[in-house]
Formats: sequence, C-alpha cells, structure tokens
Amino acid sequence: MSAHVAPLSPASFETGPAVVVSNLVRSYGSRVVIEKLNLRIERGEFVALLGESGCGKTTLLRALAGLDSIQGGRIVAPRRPAVVFQEHRLLPWDSLWRNVSLGLQVPDARERAAEALTEVGLGDRLDDWPRNLSGGQAQRVALARALVQQPELLLLDEPFAALDALTRIRMHELVRELVANHQPGVLLVTHDVDEAIALADRILVMRNGAIAYEHRAARNASTPISRTELLRELGVNSHSIH
Amino acid sequence: MSNVELSGIDRTVIGADSAPSSQSSDNALAPAATKSRLGTRGLQLLSWLAPVVLVIIWEWLAQAGWLSPQVLPAPSKVIRTAFKLVTTGTLLNDLGVSLLRAAAGFVIGTAVGGGLGILVGFSRVAEALIDRSVQMIRAIPFLAALPLVIVWLGVGETQKIFLVALGVTFPIYINTVLGIRQVDPKLLELGRVQGLSSLQLIRRIILPGALPSILTGVRYALATAWLALVVAETIGAQSGIGFLAMDAREFLRTDVIVLTIVIYALIGVAADGIARVLERRLLAWHPNYGAAR
Ligand SMILES: Nc1ncnc2c1ncn2[C@@H]1O[C@H](COP(=O)(O)OP(=O)(O)O)[C@@H](O)[C@H]1O
Ligand SMILES: [Mg+2]
Repeated sequence: MSAHVAPLSPASFETGPAVVVSNLVRSYGSRVVIEKLNLRIERGEFVALLGESGCGKTTLLRALAGLDSIQGGRIVAPRRPAVVFQEHRLLPWDSLWRNVSLGLQVPDARERAAEALTEVGLGDRLDDWPRNLSGGQAQRVALARALVQQPELLLLDEPFAALDALTRIRMHELVRELVANHQPGVLLVTHDVDEAIALADRILVMRNGAIAYEHRAARNASTPISRTELLRELGVNSHSIH
Repeated sequence: MSNVELSGIDRTVIGADSAPSSQSSDNALAPAATKSRLGTRGLQLLSWLAPVVLVIIWEWLAQAGWLSPQVLPAPSKVIRTAFKLVTTGTLLNDLGVSLLRAAAGFVIGTAVGGGLGILVGFSRVAEALIDRSVQMIRAIPFLAALPLVIVWLGVGETQKIFLVALGVTFPIYINTVLGIRQVDPKLLELGRVQGLSSLQLIRRIILPGALPSILTGVRYALATAWLALVVAETIGAQSGIGFLAMDAREFLRTDVIVLTIVIYALIGVAADGIARVLERRLLAWHPNYGAAR
C-alpha cells in the first residue's frame, strides 16, 4: 500500500524533472525483479538503460508507463508518458494518420498527424495502410504516434532491435533530431552499447534489480565514454570478444 | 514413367531460350505454362464450359423425349414457366415474402447472437452465466427443434422467422466471441498507453480486431438462414417460394419445382456475393481479403 504513481501537473514540468523514481519495488509473485531502484530523468535529458537480458529493463519501463502495478516505492511521472515498443504495434485496420492520431483529443487531429508523419519522413503516406510499410518505416510511424502527444516523458523499449544495421543508424539520427525538437525526457532501453553511446546524455546499467552503474555526459563530454568500461559493467570481458 | 519425369526436368532447366512447348507429350509441364497459353480469361471461360454443356445435354435429352417432363422438364420449359409466373402469377410476390422472412430472421438472429457474443466476449461473469448454456443448445441441430417450434408458434410467419433467427444466432454468437477473444493483447495495451477510454478501446481496437471473425460468422449465418427458410416454408406456408414448390408438387408441376430450386440457388449465390463484398470493403486493410492498393 506504500506504492503509488503520483501524476504531476504539467506546470511543474516547465522546469522540473520528467520522472522521479524512489525505492521502487516490483515483483512477480514472490520473485522480486526490481528492488529499491532510484532514478531521476530531467526534461530534455536522454538516458539510455543497459543491462543483460532478463535483468528487468522492460519491467522498469512498464512500471514507469503505468502499465503494471508496483509493490513498493514511488513513481512521480506525467499522467501519460509516451511509449514505443520493440514491435511497432500499429493498428492494421487504420490508415497511417489514424494510427498516429490514436488517442489524440483535438479537432485538427489529421493535420497534427500529418505534421508528425512529415517529421519522420512519411508525410506523403497519410492514407496508406501499415501493411505496406517496411519495418523501419513502421517504427517511424510508431515514433510519430508517440511524439504527436507532446509527451514530457518518452519511453523507448528496444525500438530498433529488430531493424537492420543501416536502418538503425538512420533511426538514430531521426530520434536525436526529434528529441532535440520536442525536448521530452527520454528513457531508452537497449542492449546495444554503441546505440547507447551514440544517443544518450547519460548511460545507466541495471543489475540485481537496481541501477548499478552510471555514466554521465556521453555525447558531448570532453572525455568520451569507454566502451570497454561499459562492456565490463555488463559482464562482458572485452578480451574475449576481440 | 521416370523417363517422362526426367524429360520434364530437362526442359525446365533449359527453359527460357529453347522452344517452350512445341512437343505434344506435355503432361510433365508446369501448370504455369498452361496458364500463360490460355490466359486467366481463357481459363475462366473454360470453367463455365462444363455446366453449359450439361444444360445443353439436359435440354437435348428432354427435347428428344428421353427425359419425361414428369421427372425433369427441359430448361427452356423452366424459363418459359418463370416468365409466365412473373407476368401472370405471383412469383415476384412470393419471392418478396421469402426475402422478407429471411431478412427479418437474419436481423433478429444477428442482434441476439451479436449482443450475447459481445457480452460474453467482454465479461467473464457473462461468460460464466451464458456461454455453457449457449454451447449446449448449439449442440442441437437447429432444424431438429422444428416440431417443437411448430407446437409453440404454429405454422405462421412467427415460426418461420423464429427458425431463421435460431439458425443465424449461433454462428454469429460463436464468431463474435472468438473474434473478441482473439484481439491482440499488445494492441489493447497500446490503446491504454495512448489513453483511450473504454468506449474508444471498443470502437477503435476491439471491434475492428474482431471484425474478420464476425464477418465469417455472417457468411455462415447467411447460409443457415437460407436453409432454415427452405425448411420452414416447406411446412404450412401460404406464400413464399417454398409454398410455390409445395403447391406445384400437388399438381406434379416439376417445371415450377425446378424453378423454385433454381431461385433458392440464385439467392444463395447472391447472399454469398454480398458477404464477399462486405468482406472486401470492411476488411480492405486485411492482406487476406482487401484488394491490393
Ligand atoms: N509477466 C511476468 N510474469 C512473471 N515473470 C516475469 C513477467 N515478465 C517478466 N518476468 C520476469 O522478470 C524478469 C525481468 O524481465 P524483463 O523486464 O522483461 O527483462 P529485460 O527487459 O531486461 O530483458 C525476467 O526474469 C522475466 O522472466
Ligand atoms: Mg525487455
């Protein structure tokens, strides 16, 4: 009963953090996946979360999104964070603009969707069906759908994992640009160290249900982050992979 | 045998530049080769050839006196009867009565089956209350209930509409429940993430997701509606296509009987066509139904 998600009024976000997590506990039955986790993401800050498979990254993201109940601690998050999942989750029966405007409660939904689709380079495909899209294009529509809500917090759960290397690099450029324009707080869950280095202001490594390692200012720091160090934190001996 | 196969393989390998099919021992050729020579239109014409030939043979047998008109009248006679019944008789009226019965029963059955299906699809409590009973009633072939229905309702309009509705209810119910259950939970979750209200969730995600299954139910229901109507009209009707057939039986008018059978068949085909058009329009997004755009 100590656990709850407290919505913040939009006004307090003008300067404040995008999300604050304190002493979060999340368990499936008796199995504790997240234990006393603390996290704070500022508006406009891009945070990447690394961690070996099954360590609880998705579980954390779902808790932040308000999709699952939590067993302890406190999450202060905007009422509606935007989420992009690993799968695009487009509605196959709706045109692209209808997909992008899903849940948008404004009279000019189509125009807003058109703007968002133009931003991701699909402005000429408003009335097309999702089934005519490639994997990368579908994921771009999912990004547009998230950003059209003008979220204060954007949660990305390995959104590029299923894409080919070249498409992934293009998506990195796009995401960097979009985030710079919209300035949400971003939590990007990824298993790709290079993706984290390329995109994030801050890189976190999750282990044993909590944040075990943190590296700040990855992109524009004078001291570039050490890939080897990150890999070591992830339990990979860098000598064995070369 | 193995020789033929070998030569077939040889030809496929050489393929493109050698003359494709000049030899006559062609049975090992791929179907694609046959298709390219005849074309889709040609094949379609060919598919109509057999039934046309059958009707011509039927006509010829009847003309030559090999077929007694008491057994099977000539197709030309059936056509003449059709014209006569349309101009001087009550054929159109009877057709209208039959269609109205089918439509009324179909609407009622769809409302009941769809309503129950949506209830059960959404609520575990409703499922516990309703589903087992419906599944048990469904085990009865609905036509077996006919004597009981006659005892309850007599042989008037109500009995006929009831029987059609009964036949329609179950396929609609089952496919509605199935469709709702099959909606991708990941899409439902997405709906929550996007902040949809329950009503929007139903309208934007659950019903469209269930629609392919529901339309399959509609297609089945159209077929059973038709079957129910034929049976219901065969018993104690004062009008309708079935009445026309039973009336004709008394006077051994096989031409009228054959005509009614043909009409039933044509309406069945039309109903299937309607179902197809519905699927193509409503499921334009679906790779298995919609015309590619
Ligand atoms: N719905 C669930 N029920 C029970 N256990 C789960 C459920 N979802 C995830 N888990 C468990 O929680 C742990 C963390 O899962 P997850 O957050 O998906 O890991 P990650 O995203 O880091 O790969 C895993 O061990 C997984 O087996
Ligand atoms: Mg995961």
